[in-house]
Amino acid sequence: MMKTAAKIQASLKKRYAAERRFRSYGLVSVAIGLAALLLLFISIIANGYTAFQQTYLKLDVQFDEAIIDPKGTRDPQTLARADYGKLIKKTMRERFPDVKNRRDKRKLYKLVSPGAVFSIQGMVRKDPRLIGTTQTVWVPADDDVDMLIKGYINRDDPESARRLKDKEIAWIDAFAATGSMEKRFNKTFFTAGDSREPELAGIWGAVVGSFYTLLVTLVLSFPVGVAAAVYLQEFAPRNRWTDLIEVNINNLAAVPSIVFGLLGLSVFLNFMALPRSAPLVGGLVLSLMTLPTVIIASRASLQSVPPSIREGALGMGASQMQMVAHHVLPLAMPGMLTGTIIGMSRALGESAPLLMIGMVAFIVNAPEGPLDPSTVLPVQIYLWADTPERAFVERTSAATLVLLGFLVVMNGAAVWLRTRFEQRW
Amino acid sequence: MLNQKQAVLLESPAKSNEPAPPPPVKIHEPDTKTVGRVTVDKPIMTTREVDVYYGDKQAINNVSIDISYNEVLSMIGPSGCGKSTFLRCLNRMNDTIESAHVTGKIELEGHDIYDKKTDVVTLRARVGMVFQKPNPFPKSVYENAAYGPRIHGLARNQSELDEIVENSLHRAGLWDEVKDRLSQPGTGLSGGQQQRLCIARCIAVNPDVILMDEPCSALDPIATAKIEELIDELRRNYSIVIVTHSMQQAARVSQRTAYFHLGDLIEVGETSTIFTNPQVKLTEDYLTGRFG
Ligand SMILES: Nc1ncnc2c1ncn2[C@@H]1O[C@H](COP(=O)(O)OP(=O)(O)OP(=O)(O)O)[C@@H](O)[C@H]1O
Ligand SMILES: [Mg+2]
Repeated sequence: MMKTAAKIQASLKKRYAAERRFRSYGLVSVAIGLAALLLLFISIIANGYTAFQQTYLKLDVQFDEAIIDPKGTRDPQTLARADYGKLIKKTMRERFPDVKNRRDKRKLYKLVSPGAVFSIQGMVRKDPRLIGTTQTVWVPADDDVDMLIKGYINRDDPESARRLKDKEIAWIDAFAATGSMEKRFNKTFFTAGDSREPELAGIWGAVVGSFYTLLVTLVLSFPVGVAAAVYLQEFAPRNRWTDLIEVNINNLAAVPSIVFGLLGLSVFLNFMALPRSAPLVGGLVLSLMTLPTVIIASRASLQSVPPSIREGALGMGASQMQMVAHHVLPLAMPGMLTGTIIGMSRALGESAPLLMIGMVAFIVNAPEGPLDPSTVLPVQIYLWADTPERAFVERTSAATLVLLGFLVVMNGAAVWLRTRFEQRW
Repeated sequence: MLNQKQAVLLESPAKSNEPAPPPPVKIHEPDTKTVGRVTVDKPIMTTREVDVYYGDKQAINNVSIDISYNEVLSMIGPSGCGKSTFLRCLNRMNDTIESAHVTGKIELEGHDIYDKKTDVVTLRARVGMVFQKPNPFPKSVYENAAYGPRIHGLARNQSELDEIVENSLHRAGLWDEVKDRLSQPGTGLSGGQQQRLCIARCIAVNPDVILMDEPCSALDPIATAKIEELIDELRRNYSIVIVTHSMQQAARVSQRTAYFHLGDLIEVGETSTIFTNPQVKLTEDYLTGRFG
């Protein structure tokens, strides 16, 4: 007796040491993972948060009738076609009367974003009575101005290495000194489509494109995936054919996504002649990619419904179909939805297969339906990451933040569903 | 108390204590080694030379036994002897096991239940089953009791359904305990209440035969006593086949007892006779606790 106890005592120490070691390995791995995630988030946020603000300039624009509507007809066509750039140039010249040189003048005009023309045009078309009056208008500044204000252009660099020369910086400082310059919330970023001008570029077009693409994906992959899973799990006989199908579904889930893009290119675009760059085709391709995930998750979820419930239903005289529809499906549904959401969030972050089917186009207007050419968020990020302007760097990070936000919300919904409807039997 | 519509739909005569009509076809006398009388005068179910295989493995070997109207037949025997397997043949629950294969003849009031023309849905509505582990559906108490009548279309309107639900909960001795919580989940009841809910769910479709596979093995003695009382009560309207591991329970609730051993039906007889004066050594050894 004593001997055994002593032996156990001796071995206990070793056991506890092993346990402590194992725990510390686990802790270290978790810490490394969290640190990597934190680093990612910090770098993206640090790069991206400034994009949510944009520098605006205050101009006292004189809505000169001679320029806008010399004949005084107030014809909408005339108002639409008028040269509003002239108004802005005039305002800038009057503000800085010392600038005489043509090249300097051109530089001066460039402080204001080309988008300013559209906001002034919009004002006039909305209310033609403005013509003849002088109004205070806040217009977006050019991205270089914005970069200077945000500190991305270093004033201490030699003039030749700077995108903004001393003269331009002096003009900008003059704006700032009179309180005619302000950083405001960058609404454009959330409401505009893509643009060559960073200060006019936004993610709305990509968001809408992503929405249509995911809608098509969801509408296709959820019903088809659930139906396939129910058939395979509840009705199909177990034989060589169903085994083969099962193996192939598992294989499909592991196929690199670019392959689905190639398939979409050759089948949907070349063979079926569906429109290029359209969310419809993107959704079709992503459905192919998401289907195996949905089927596998749905089957696992069906499998976890306890046999006692099935027996109870069958023992009551329920048919196979009634058993599935009344008891198994409702119990498996949360798991199926969770699997679908996870599949959808993977589809949302996918870019490679969409590049293959031409969803990488430069799209200014948000698509109005799943057949319009469009792009999606991750591809928009890819496009901006490829542009040289410094202002697009922060927009790339900001768009990534938005994408991550969507992903967090979707995965959060999946977790919520899982815990909310966990095991009610 | 009996709901006529239920009885009509299921094409069975309304149950009562009157003598049942004789089966249309006279079934042959069984060729069996079983000791004791396996037939009864007025059988509701008859089984003849039933063999059950799981793949190549034989789990039931040449079993013939009748089940009478208004009786409780208990099936006892050591673990793995095939009691559940045989019980599940009686409402074709073995169909759900792909490897299971049944031969022989099993008739319910003269109709071969394994015949191609027999609809398994109707069969299971007439031969209900209560399982070892209480398995109420994860729905409300009301929905549990209403499920059978709903899928078989036994109630024409809500008030009829309410009546059936109340009736079956009454007969399962559960009404007073759950009448205020009909809308709460059935899975929230105590184990014994859950099992009685399963019985209520089963009798809501007014079956002819109720099969029970160790219905009390997951319950405490008080809940068990309640269920036993209920079984005795139900005998007035139904035939009951109960598998049990408790010999006291078999002695308390059943009129006839069948002893199984390694897939064979060894001995059948009046419960009192079997327990006081078993004819076969195996039965005696089991009853006296020498193995099992
Ligand atoms: N699904 C199955 N597949 C293969 N063999 C089975 C299956 N179910 C039961 N068996 C076998 O059939 C034999 C009888 O099993 P059964 O469950 O009918 O026994 P039982 O008398 O009900 O036992 P217990 O009292 O433990 O419930 C056993 O040998 C068992 O291993
Ligand atoms: Mg059993």
